[in-house]
Amino acid sequence: MSSTYNAPDAKGLFGPFGGRYVAETLMPLILDLDKEYTAAKNDPTFLEELAYFQKDYVGRPSPLYFAERLTEYCGGAQIYLKREELNHTGAHKINNCIGQILLAKRMGKTRIIAETGAGMHGVASATVAARFGLPCVVYMGSTDIERQQANVFRMKLLGAEVIPVQSGTGTLKDAMNEALRDWVTNVADTFYLIGTVAGPHPYPAMVRDFQSVIGKETKQQMLEKQGRLPDSVVACVGGGSNAMGIFHPFINDKDVQLIGVEAGGHGVNTDKHAASLTGGKPGVLHGNRTYLLQNSDGQIIDAHSISAGLDYPGIGPEHSWLHEIKRAEYVSINDDEAMEAFQTCCRLEGIIPALESAHALAEVIKRAPILPKDHLMVVNLSGRGDKDMQTVMSYIKEHQL
Amino acid sequence: MSRIKNCFAKLKQQNQTALVTFLTAGDPDYQTSLSLLQQLPSAGADIVELGMPFTDPMADGPTIQKASLRALANGQNLAKTLEMVTAFRQQNQTTPIVLMGYFNPIHHYGVERFSKDAANAGVDGLIIVDLPAEHDADLCTPAQAVGIDFIRLTTPTTDDKRLPQALNNSSGFVYYVSVAGITGAGSATEEQITEAMSRLHRHTALPICVGFGIKTPEQATAIAKLADGVVVGSALVSQIEQAASKEQAVDAVLKLCNELSTAVKQLKK
Repeated sequence: MSSTYNAPDAKGLFGPFGGRYVAETLMPLILDLDKEYTAAKNDPTFLEELAYFQKDYVGRPSPLYFAERLTEYCGGAQIYLKREELNHTGAHKINNCIGQILLAKRMGKTRIIAETGAGMHGVASATVAARFGLPCVVYMGSTDIERQQANVFRMKLLGAEVIPVQSGTGTLKDAMNEALRDWVTNVADTFYLIGTVAGPHPYPAMVRDFQSVIGKETKQQMLEKQGRLPDSVVACVGGGSNAMGIFHPFINDKDVQLIGVEAGGHGVNTDKHAASLTGGKPGVLHGNRTYLLQNSDGQIIDAHSISAGLDYPGIGPEHSWLHEIKRAEYVSINDDEAMEAFQTCCRLEGIIPALESAHALAEVIKRAPILPKDHLMVVNLSGRGDKDMQTVMSYIKEHQL
Repeated sequence: MSRIKNCFAKLKQQNQTALVTFLTAGDPDYQTSLSLLQQLPSAGADIVELGMPFTDPMADGPTIQKASLRALANGQNLAKTLEMVTAFRQQNQTTPIVLMGYFNPIHHYGVERFSKDAANAGVDGLIIVDLPAEHDADLCTPAQAVGIDFIRLTTPTTDDKRLPQALNNSSGFVYYVSVAGITGAGSATEEQITEAMSRLHRHTALPICVGFGIKTPEQATAIAKLADGVVVGSALVSQIEQAASKEQAVDAVLKLCNELSTAVKQLKK
């Protein structure tokens, strides 16, 4: 790795990953978006407006909380939780949605579309669309609609139209295909609000930039509390937006270990997981080259995770690059381990985490006990678990816990 | 001269428009699909586009999505698609075959290996939906190096400013997607297509084929007046979807192909 990290390049490439693998219909639009985003991020008025909404609408900065009881329980590293679940709408997703809706407004777009897995990005998109008075259509897999009914209801309350997607396994991948089909059909007036650090350039870089507020705050808060940077930063990875958000400001701080936690489902050696880096290969899907779950013919395999939000067969291209240059370490946590960490966090800290975040917590609970007591570890608590009650109830009943 | 060049040169001499037909390889199964492929030229297809099935065809409508899934469920893969072209070439040395699809299965197969195997099988051209000109190095350059044409899609959103870039390195013919949308959706007006044709002709000397939303012989005649080729896909594929048996599927596809061909060929330009 060169001394200063500066990816992606002008073509949107992070090493060999990323790019713009889309139908020609979308190319002029994506080039236009790139131009507009470049102008916006250098425009003080845009940045001022973004800062205003982050503070007064989203509720930033989110606290960096010392998890004293969890630290005591693990008996090793000092564990801090970056409380993204305290944001408006209950997850980190709103950071990106606020940024993109301001961009959509700046570009004169009059219709918002989005895809969603667990529904948190759908809720955040519906929220900002309501706030700015734009109609919003959210594509959601029919399986996810079934397991995330509360979020579907929230989106509808916020005025969004939720369109069920039946194809494939009816999860996030299929919702993204359908959103791309809508976008290809309605290019003139529609802004596609992508929810993670994936898709064609500039989305991976743009979503990362909007989410980087998490890492910037963490850095400053840790310096205030401990006078130094953390030793390790842990975050769950589906598409990977909360992880990129907290990792990115630390990439040039080589002593800070970055750990991404993928969804291992029933185990990465089974056919039921969502660990693209641990169990996948590089390929091209949804506008970018990245690690993907695929079979021996290059067909995309459906992902599985107990957490709807991690159930995606790909990963943001920048994670693929950080994995290859070994700047971040990627591990996987199974459904059962995540569920145990979920309950531990509830009981010890009085915080109900999202099942996505519970994957990161499970890795922390594995690592912290064998680390020295002066090791400072931050885990990104990307969202709250209210949306997951149905899944958790069925799991507890099924396992007679 | 390549088969594609030959085909357009011959049609030009006869003042005729090309009928380009699309079917998904392996839909509904390998044998039926091969049999269809072998009979399409005598039913009037000048160029055959063969879809390489993919699990996530982002720019296709429900008809072609379902065709991909039918083919995949029956074991179709890239190697079998190339096998199908090889089998076709044993009987037919003149009809151009263009493979159409998405990049990932080729990426996985290996670009060099694919280009070589496709050329050996007798593939004449490639249309890869998710490889815009910006990604020429990924497949366009290696494919052209072994003599396979790389056919670009242009759309109503590809304006004059972008056209030179979008058409850079294109060969064979230019595929004009007449509506911004997915396959099998609405169709453009004659006026819109006339305007697009004159715009495209200012930027390229290649033949221009128009596709998306053309379903009936009447629509095909209307487009044939304006373009060098008419592409019909979803309408043919839906004959397979609706048929009660494989035999009926073959009959229905060939019948529609015949009707489309008659409609296109009745026109002398």
